[in-house]
Amino acid sequence: MSLRTPLAAARGLGSAKEGVDHWWKQRLTAIALVPLLLWFGFSVALLGTADYYTVVGWLAHPVNAGLMILVLATGLWHGAIGLQVVIEDYIATEWKKITVLLLVQFAAVVLALAGILAVLRIALGV
Amino acid sequence: MAGRAKPLSPHLQIYRLPLNAILSITHRITGVILALGAVLVVAMLIAAASGSQAWGAMYAMGAHWLGQIILFGFTLALYYHMCAGVRHLFWDAGYGYELQTARRSSQAIIVAAIVLTLATWAVAYSVSGG
Repeated sequence: MSLRTPLAAARGLGSAKEGVDHWWKQRLTAIALVPLLLWFGFSVALLGTADYYTVVGWLAHPVNAGLMILVLATGLWHGAIGLQVVIEDYIATEWKKITVLLLVQFAAVVLALAGILAVLRIALGV
Repeated sequence: MAGRAKPLSPHLQIYRLPLNAILSITHRITGVILALGAVLVVAMLIAAASGSQAWGAMYAMGAHWLGQIILFGFTLALYYHMCAGVRHLFWDAGYGYELQTARRSSQAIIVAAIVLTLATWAVAYSVSGG
């Protein structure tokens, strides 16, 4: 016999009150990152020792700029929720855990914004 | 009766990790390395957006032998984490748990990560003309 109320069972959110949301976002971003990072790795390799104008010209192309923004957003999102699990596993003291979690999440947002703005600056030529 | 060491339960220091366990902790370590590497990627993009001088300084760091080693390590960590991550997706779907299959997929992950890394660097060096 379950002691959970029928409503709690129907919601299926468990004790953390977020259900499989974290787990699912980790997988969703992982699947998206497979093609994105293959594109990223081989595109950067193809640039090789290209000069500044070639690099900026490549990044200014709408398809490349769009994909690069997706790499940044998806990658840093995946990284932030991935680091969250590592932090929760290894830092036992509650205030330290919360502090590091906040710093990592803030850093991920700042990095994503800075990277995306850099791409947009190149793509829009401002 | 003093002095005789009592048997201890297996601990990380004396326990020989199976191949799958080594891959598991490597997946986590490479994940953290990639998060740090993301800072470098963003720094490169900011340099590119800041003009040819800033890009030149960043480029010189990447072209230095130490920079090349770091970039190579980043590439290897990237492809390793990707390949091991794909196996996690198969595991999530309920496939590949048999011991023999898991051992084979571990070996496949190592080979695939190395091949992808070498292929990427072969492309980079061939377009750069050596």
